[in-house]
Amino acid sequence: MTQLVSALGSVALTISRDAGRIILLLMEALGWLFRPPWRWRLFFKQLEFIGVNSVFVVALTSLFTGMVLALQTYYAFRMFSAETLVGATVALSMARELGPVITALMVTGRAGSAIAAEIGTMRVTEQVDALSVMAINPVQYLVLPRIVAGVIMVPLLSALSVFIGVVGGYLVGVRLLGIHGGIFMNKIYEFVELSDIYNGLVKAACFGLILTLVGCYKGFYTRGGAEGVGRATTQAVVLSSVLILTFDYILTALMM
Amino acid sequence: MSAEPIIELRHVHKSFGKDHVLRGLDLAVPKDSVSVIIGRSGGGKSVLLKHVIGLMRPDQGQVIIDGQDIARLSERQLAPVRRKFGMLFQESALFDSMTVEENVAFPLLEHSRKSRREVLDIVAAKLAAVGLKDKGQKLPSELSGGMRKRVGLARALALDPKIVLFDEPTSGLDPVMAAAINELIVRTQSEFGATCVVISHDISAAMSTGHRLFMLFDGTIIAEGSPEQIRDWDDEVVQQFIHGRAEGPIQVI
Repeated sequence: MTQLVSALGSVALTISRDAGRIILLLMEALGWLFRPPWRWRLFFKQLEFIGVNSVFVVALTSLFTGMVLALQTYYAFRMFSAETLVGATVALSMARELGPVITALMVTGRAGSAIAAEIGTMRVTEQVDALSVMAINPVQYLVLPRIVAGVIMVPLLSALSVFIGVVGGYLVGVRLLGIHGGIFMNKIYEFVELSDIYNGLVKAACFGLILTLVGCYKGFYTRGGAEGVGRATTQAVVLSSVLILTFDYILTALMM
Repeated sequence: MSAEPIIELRHVHKSFGKDHVLRGLDLAVPKDSVSVIIGRSGGGKSVLLKHVIGLMRPDQGQVIIDGQDIARLSERQLAPVRRKFGMLFQESALFDSMTVEENVAFPLLEHSRKSRREVLDIVAAKLAAVGLKDKGQKLPSELSGGMRKRVGLARALALDPKIVLFDEPTSGLDPVMAAAINELIVRTQSEFGATCVVISHDISAAMSTGHRLFMLFDGTIIAEGSPEQIRDWDDEVVQQFIHGRAEGPIQVI
């Protein structure tokens, strides 16, 4: 019994410590947002790394998500002859839900892990200390460019994901399953509103913040050599994914 | 010794959990000299050095750099103090995504308003001073440990700091390279006019390079003086350490 309580207590302590440190890191980074020097070169490098380099994986996964979504909804909707709604369903699910989430999870796997590994390696090899010693704030140098790039690029990738998902749905629904193309598109116009798109983009921006911030945080607090870097990387991916799905629910509920 | 110490630690305490690493440590490093702090591995030497440059804050006590107590300064207030320092890290801590030249140029591009041309001239001069004139385009991963250390030193010297800190400069190097690094430390002091603080457990190097030696043991400085004074220091702990004996008051196992 005592053991159980102490285990629960230590979990609670770990969670509150993590949450506190993440929020402090965010505050410190934001404090540098409007203060020079602005590091444009590092910022553009991160835009490229987090955004441009993720285009292919995001496009590929979104294409198949749209395709399978069309296939599944067609199978269900056929039972009550509502096949024409496949397009609208695919578009709505992609815009409101799957586009942002899939994009965020793919970028977490690709860039979030890499951020944790890179900063973690810099930490254990004293490169982060070297920055401090040279009077360069490591949060301003390492963290800020990454989280700003995440907040900008994940929504853009998410928009791309929604578009490609709908293309995938169109390919399967219209080309493969023979739904009328005009009606397929018409139903999308009819049911998808601009607010659905905004909703998804706001979510994606939040996810972009979460995954870059968690990657930076785990990297920053890395201890213990190569093994520590490996652990930080894994933890960054797990924690980001959990937070993304948790906040997905919270944000959806808030924006209803 | 010159009167004004440039680095002064007064009654510094630092604990990590139950581990009381620094226990009321007092230290005064004289200006324009090479000071070597010797002590056992894991005995708090690196912790001491990190206090000097503000990477760690004391639980109690003062850290006075050039007349200014930095123990309670904010990260932003520390920035100007840190520009007085250069530091050579144990594993060099070169930025591995940058070439040697970019590494040495980095502090200059960050903190001086010099033109690209001037920066490249300074970089070339610093690299020549450490004997790595033609290695500017290499990546740190392509260099040996000794070369990386020398690049680290060139980077530390880029802004002509008043104080240069050396964290175990010769550990993991072959004897010839270690001797070369020690010579560079002495030259750093005499040619660049910097105050050098070295932490090391290499006794012979400490004796030959240091103007003043400090022995750190059990969280305090237990002996301080010129190499000759330390050699004749009347204390079992000091004698055991400098002669590298397994038996004595220092318990190993």
